[in-house]
Amino acid sequence: MPHFEPVILFFLLGALAGFLRSDLRIPGVLYESLSIFLLLAIGLKGGVELARYPLATVALPALVVVAVGALIPLVAYPVLRRFGRLPRADAGSIAGHYGSVSVVTFAVGTTYLARLGHEGEGYMTVMLVLLEFPALVIGVLLARRGEPGTPWGKVLHEVLAGKSIVLLLGGLAIGWFAGPGGIEPLDRLFFDLFKGVLAFFLLEMGLVAASRFGELRRAGPFLLVFATVMPLFSAGLGLATGALLGLSVGGVTLLATLYASASYIAAPAAMRLAVPQANPALSIGAALGITFPFNLLVGIPLYHRLAQQVVQ
Amino acid sequence: MIKLLTVVCEAALETTLLRDLESLDARGYTVTDARGKGSRGRRDATWGPHANIRIEVLCNAQTASAICKALRERYYDNYSMVLFVADVEVLRPEKF
Repeated sequence: MPHFEPVILFFLLGALAGFLRSDLRIPGVLYESLSIFLLLAIGLKGGVELARYPLATVALPALVVVAVGALIPLVAYPVLRRFGRLPRADAGSIAGHYGSVSVVTFAVGTTYLARLGHEGEGYMTVMLVLLEFPALVIGVLLARRGEPGTPWGKVLHEVLAGKSIVLLLGGLAIGWFAGPGGIEPLDRLFFDLFKGVLAFFLLEMGLVAASRFGELRRAGPFLLVFATVMPLFSAGLGLATGALLGLSVGGVTLLATLYASASYIAAPAAMRLAVPQANPALSIGAALGITFPFNLLVGIPLYHRLAQQVVQ
Repeated sequence: MIKLLTVVCEAALETTLLRDLESLDARGYTVTDARGKGSRGRRDATWGPHANIRIEVLCNAQTASAICKALRERYYDNYSMVLFVADVEVLRPEKF
C-alpha cells in the first residue's frame, strides 16, 4: 500500500483502545509537551523554508488564501441553520470550528506528501497560521449577531496569545532568522523525531476521538453528514484556489487539507468564552469525532489524487 | 465563622473566574486540577477542553454569599459548575 501513511495506524490504535475502554491513558502533561514540540517543529520547518522565498511572493497568495478561507464559515452557517435546524449559537460556533484549521491534520498531510516526494511550497505553514483565527472571529460574529457584551478582548487574547499561535509564529520567526544552517544542529531533535512524536500524539487523538463519538451519536444524523460533506466542499475550494495560484501538487493538496480540516484545539477554547450558550459537545464531536478521522483516512489521499489532476 | 467555598468547574473558566474572585474581595484562593463525572458527562482531564479545576476560597460569610450570587448569575446557565459552602475552623482566622 504505497499511499497509506503508517502514522495513521497509531490513530486507529488509540481509537480502538478507546472503544474497548482500555485503561490506556496519555497523561495530560505528556499531551501538553507533545503538542508544544509539534507546534514548534512545524513553525521551525516553515521558517527555514520561508527563508528561501522573497516575502513578496508569499504576500499575494496569503491574501487570496485568507479571503477564500473566510467563505467557509459563511457557507457553513446557513447550512447548519437551515438544514440542521441548529440554534444560532451552535451554528456560529460550528461554522467557526470548520473555518479554522487543524494543525495535526496539516502535519499528517505534510508527512504523507513527504513520503511520496510531493512536498508543497514551504510557505504553506504561513497559511496555517493565517487561517487559524479569522474564521473564529466570523463564527463569533455569526453566533452573537446583534447581541451586546461579547468579551472581544478576552477572545482575541485567547486566540492570538494562545500557545498555538505563539509557538507556530515563534518557530517561524526563529527558523526564518536562523536559516537552514543555523537550525541544522537542532535537526535531529525537531525534524528527525517529528514523525515519532506525531505518532504518539495521534495515539492520544484516537483515544479522545473515540470518547467523543458517543456524544455525537446523540446529536443525530445531520451532524454526521455535515462533518463529512463540509470538508469535501472546503477541499474543493482549496483545490480551485491552489490551482488558480499556481501552487505545486503538494501545495494544492495542503491547501485543500487546511480548508477541509476543522479546529478542535484553538476553536473550542475561544468559543467557550465567546459563545457560552453553544454546546461544545456538538462542535468538538463533529470536528474531532468525524471530520478529523475522515480527513486522515479518506481526505488527504483523495485531495492528493485530485490535486494531481488539477495541476496537470 | 469562616466559610470554605469550593467551586468545581471547567478549566476554560480559570482566568475569568479568578479575576471575579479578586474583585469580590476574596483574599486568596487555591486552584487544583480535577477530574470527575457529573450531569455534563465524564470530565477526565486527559485533554484541554475536558479538564476541570477545583477552586477553594476561605472567606467570611458575607463574601461567600456575594461570590455565590455572582457566579450563579454569570456562569450557571452555560457552564459546568458546582459550588458548595461549608463552615470551617481555621487557624489565624484574621487572615481571611
